[in-house]
Amino acid sequence: MSATTTPAATPAVRFEPALMRRKLTGTIFYGLCVMAVGILLIALVMLLLDVLTRGLPWLDWGFLTGVPSRRPENAGVLPALVGSLQVGIIVGVITFPVGVAAAIYMTEYARDSWVNRILQTNISNLAGVPSIIYGILGLAVFVRLLNFGSTILSAGLTLTLLILPVVIIASIEAIRAVPNAQREGAYALGATRWQMVRGSVLPAAAPGIMTGIVLAMARAIGEAAPLILIGAFAFVTFLPNPLTGSYTVLPIQIFDWARRPQDDFAGIAAAAIIVILVLMLVLNALALILRWRLSRHIQW
Amino acid sequence: MTSAARPLTRQRPMSERIIEVLLFLAAALGVLTTAGIILVLAYQTLEFFAVVSPVEFFTGTKWSAGIKPYAWGVLPLVSGTILVAAIAMIVAIPLGLLSAVLLSDYASSRTRNFVKPLLETIAGIPTIVLGFFAINFLAPQVLVPIIGKGNIGTFSALSGGIVVGLLVTPLIASISDDSMRAVPRGMREGAYAMGATKFEVIRKVVVPAALSGIMASIILAASRAIGETMIVSLAVGDKPQLTFDPTESVQTMTAFIAQIAIGETAQGSIQFKSLFAVAATLFVFTLVLNLLSAWVVRRYRTAY
Amino acid sequence: MNTQLSEAPAREPSTDGGGPSINLATMARDHAVVSGEVEPESIVELQDVSCYYGSFRAVRNVDIKVAKHAITALIGPSGCGKSTLLRTINRMNDLVPSYRFEGRILLDGQDLSAKSVDPVAVRRRVGMVFQKPNPFPKTVWENVAFGPKINGFKGDLNELVETSLRRAALWDDVKDKLNQSGMALSGGQQQRLCIARTIAVHPEVILMDEPCSSLDPRSTLQIEELMAELKQEYTIVIVTHNMQQAARASDTTVFMTMGGDRAGYVVEKAPTVEIFTNPKNQLTEDYVSGRFG
Repeated sequence: MSATTTPAATPAVRFEPALMRRKLTGTIFYGLCVMAVGILLIALVMLLLDVLTRGLPWLDWGFLTGVPSRRPENAGVLPALVGSLQVGIIVGVITFPVGVAAAIYMTEYARDSWVNRILQTNISNLAGVPSIIYGILGLAVFVRLLNFGSTILSAGLTLTLLILPVVIIASIEAIRAVPNAQREGAYALGATRWQMVRGSVLPAAAPGIMTGIVLAMARAIGEAAPLILIGAFAFVTFLPNPLTGSYTVLPIQIFDWARRPQDDFAGIAAAAIIVILVLMLVLNALALILRWRLSRHIQW
Repeated sequence: MTSAARPLTRQRPMSERIIEVLLFLAAALGVLTTAGIILVLAYQTLEFFAVVSPVEFFTGTKWSAGIKPYAWGVLPLVSGTILVAAIAMIVAIPLGLLSAVLLSDYASSRTRNFVKPLLETIAGIPTIVLGFFAINFLAPQVLVPIIGKGNIGTFSALSGGIVVGLLVTPLIASISDDSMRAVPRGMREGAYAMGATKFEVIRKVVVPAALSGIMASIILAASRAIGETMIVSLAVGDKPQLTFDPTESVQTMTAFIAQIAIGETAQGSIQFKSLFAVAATLFVFTLVLNLLSAWVVRRYRTAY
Repeated sequence: MNTQLSEAPAREPSTDGGGPSINLATMARDHAVVSGEVEPESIVELQDVSCYYGSFRAVRNVDIKVAKHAITALIGPSGCGKSTLLRTINRMNDLVPSYRFEGRILLDGQDLSAKSVDPVAVRRRVGMVFQKPNPFPKTVWENVAFGPKINGFKGDLNELVETSLRRAALWDDVKDKLNQSGMALSGGQQQRLCIARTIAVHPEVILMDEPCSSLDPRSTLQIEELMAELKQEYTIVIVTHNMQQAARASDTTVFMTMGGDRAGYVVEKAPTVEIFTNPKNQLTEDYVSGRFG
């Protein structure tokens, strides 16, 4: 720089950008990221392969329609499957109105008051409570206090309490995502709050809400810990009546078989795992389809 | 417009008020649930502490609920839980964060459409399936051959811990990914414009800005790992012992609760009551972690 | 006077053989030329540059030379590709997956557009200030020190930070607040902070993409004054929507517009005074007199 035109003296400035080394570090890091995803993928694939190779040989029509037995060859998974479906239906049926109602209250009615803050914090905490503790609650309230006993009904109610926080949170997010313009439009036409919610907000939030519910149902069907507490048995050789009497569900059945050392039991456990995974797959696909069908009308 | 005009002031119709009450009740259910949990746990724990001294419970180092002489020191169960959770975090933090960075800053939308479902699938697998994977594949086919038959058995904290880590990795990955994507593009561009490499932008700008969300996700994952039951029941074992050796078979708080519940234990017995005391301890642990996670977000959120 | 820029010049190992390396003799001669107003030597040359997003051509066939130690303004209606062109110069658009460009961009004779040239190396020599101030959520000091640190600065960092802040006319405002967050500053101050950190890495060219459009008029004037000082050491290319700003602050103006094929192109380039008082092209005349824009 010319000495006469520079306003301030320029100190000697040295940069050693070391570009090669920095780029190399970056590439190594990227490799680590890819490796991480690779590890997850490999773990998943190994799991599926192991389950399929062990379980497919045992998976036949007799297995699907039979009942548990002391001898693996004769064992079947029907009571567990039916139990799971019954529990799933109860959970879905109750969670839908209660969860959505709570979410609507917390987003549209209670807006920014201290009441709402308590409700929100409470729901967030509940979402993080271990599932086995819900089993303890279910035992005390449904099985003993309300005297429903160790039945599918108690199981359904307990699992509903378990997934309700998750459904509420997902529904709240879906409702919050609805642009305010929709609400204002309804109000401007003279709608009451409930009319506005029912007519404008809910239809718009429906895809998110329904997806959340179906996914939560899938999660409930996969749960075993709470049900252990409330007395689900693993050796149920008949189809349960939902309101009375013993029952079992797929996760419990799997747990029981998986605990036994014999290879054959590992085999039927794997077969039952395939059944539950297929059930999960169906539910997840249902969630996707619901979301797609319901959101076709939304365009923002 | 006169006589037929609707009055401007009118009471809200009954139906609206009924609806609001109904909705409120649904929301209040959450509070009822929490109250119920606390009441049940507190009541039964107090009954337990009427028989067993709290000092012995919280400071004793031997736990023997089924075999006489009974011992009621909860520390072995707590150490088992912490050991498994620590192993889980050692697995989940790197896997989760690296996946998150890949998703937020490296991946094209095609890659995203592959990796995100991969994570969601892992998160959606029922935990007994993961437990099955631990005892039937991970332990016999991977850990025993690598570590040696004499050093590790089918049941170990390591086996359960690794699989619990796999379980919570998607939690860390997806929350961290959201946090990092929330960092405005302009901030990244400012760094690029000064001659930063992509790794430097991630390391020095994106991650520090997203740190509160990342930390919160880690704390939440730890809480989930602590509360996990089925994987540890299957894979870790039922020998409560105070050790930090991952190759050992230990018992976690959750596995103990499950063990008592499955067994033929009489409902009024001391063993059954101990279940509640352990559950109360577990509840406090996870509650503290969950509150901590929320606090971290509030306190350390970088304003931008 | 010691005028050494002793960074190993043009040592980007990825450049393929061509192009003269920057050396001190050339720089000394350049500055002598500039101060003597012999003939403005160009530091950046765009040769037949066209920019594409996927198959859409956003900018076509641009041929311009940017004079050293001068302020060149790029004006034109919205969407005509000014920002795209600007961001091509420092290879910022490489971050957009579907982007590519044709033609050559020469920085002091070196071809920046060669495939083997690493954009990271380019950006150290061609800095950029953005429309919306984007300081990092770090302290003021860390903001300015960021660039030098990653580029391996050897020397007194504190001194460099102070010098850069002084040159950006921000030192007096922040000298007691170096440890406060950069985001706690006002809009105008934030933008000067961004300028300070940009010049801390000693680029040769500073690109500015509508740097004042989110600032109030007083801050805008401050930045324009700053630009006039900065051009003595750096070369500045500024994209602006504000014609008055271009008329006030720049030495040369390039007028671009969008053609029928929706690709931007350069209509006219001339000293600012001429563009605004006596443009040669009718389109230019229409634009500067406000008939469209």
